[in-house]
Amino acid sequence: MAKVVVVTSGKGGVGKTTTTAALGAALALAGQKVVVVDFDVGLRNLDLVMGAERRVVFDLINVVQGVAKLPQALIRDKRLETLWLLPASQTQDKDTLTENGVAGVIRELRNKFDWVICDSPAGIERGATLAMRFADTAVIVTNPEISSVRDSDRIIGLLDSKTEKAEKGQRVEKHLLITRYDPQRATRGEMLNIDDVMGILSTPLLGIIPESEEVLHASNVGVPVTLNNKTSAPARAYADAARRLLGENVPMSIPSDRKGLFEILFGRRAA
Amino acid sequence: MSVLDLFRTRSSAPVARERLQILLSYERAPGGQSDLLAVLREDILAAISKHVIVERDNIRVRMDRGDKVSALEINIEIPHSTKLPVAAGF
Repeated sequence: MAKVVVVTSGKGGVGKTTTTAALGAALALAGQKVVVVDFDVGLRNLDLVMGAERRVVFDLINVVQGVAKLPQALIRDKRLETLWLLPASQTQDKDTLTENGVAGVIRELRNKFDWVICDSPAGIERGATLAMRFADTAVIVTNPEISSVRDSDRIIGLLDSKTEKAEKGQRVEKHLLITRYDPQRATRGEMLNIDDVMGILSTPLLGIIPESEEVLHASNVGVPVTLNNKTSAPARAYADAARRLLGENVPMSIPSDRKGLFEILFGRRAA
Repeated sequence: MSVLDLFRTRSSAPVARERLQILLSYERAPGGQSDLLAVLREDILAAISKHVIVERDNIRVRMDRGDKVSALEINIEIPHSTKLPVAAGF
């Protein structure tokens, strides 16, 4: 039975697209059949982060409007056989997304894939509400910073009221993913710590992604961070989060890629 | 900046946590805080307008949120040209 996951946050720039690509690739590496869907109509970026920007022909809006069939719009990842991308439209207006149209596309994707991961646009407008509308599970991406936590709280409220599941009296399964976390700063009391954020949002933790230069590096080269450098701290943190999504019991940890003395002295990167 | 400042930790996270907790306790209330102020503003305008002519823009309603109590501040500007009906009638 396919699972529809929405990656959401309210606030922009917290790492939704990075997370969608990283979790999608990690699940595909684990042998799952995965599609990542960009809901950010007009400001698509998942194609760039996945390194597929030059292969986009048709998009989500074309499928919703019946201009293209779903298989024509799906792009297979060059590195992983079981990872696919459904891009957003860059030119169309976001109002061309209709609830019935999205429902039809999600239904079709459920039949083809194990995981349908929807990358939500920032905000609480139509694109964001449609991205979460048919979700079974939500990954709420939050930075340990007050405006991000506040917006996540708002999004949690919407997940509990405006989704199809909520309207049927069921619950969307919610997971908190804390990104750009700096354990040293949190220890010094300069940054909200994990307990602060979890306590305020009262949502179980899916993972902690440490602040790392690897994330920017991966997006620069258009490879999900879980594929680009599998041993890097964020890659390991995302891989653990993906295993938790699969129902495995993985102890919570904050991977680190702080360099050892040898590397500092000789400036070498870990393989 | 004194030498002591170098050793002082800049621990601002507890402040952030407290601000968030107070803010969210209001925002989670049904209807949301911002809506409450809008509703209050309309009701106050309606009540005042029965007696005095006031401009819509001259009513300011704000809430100062504290941990235990909040202060509701209502500021209404009444132009000198406005005659109070009470004074005029008697």
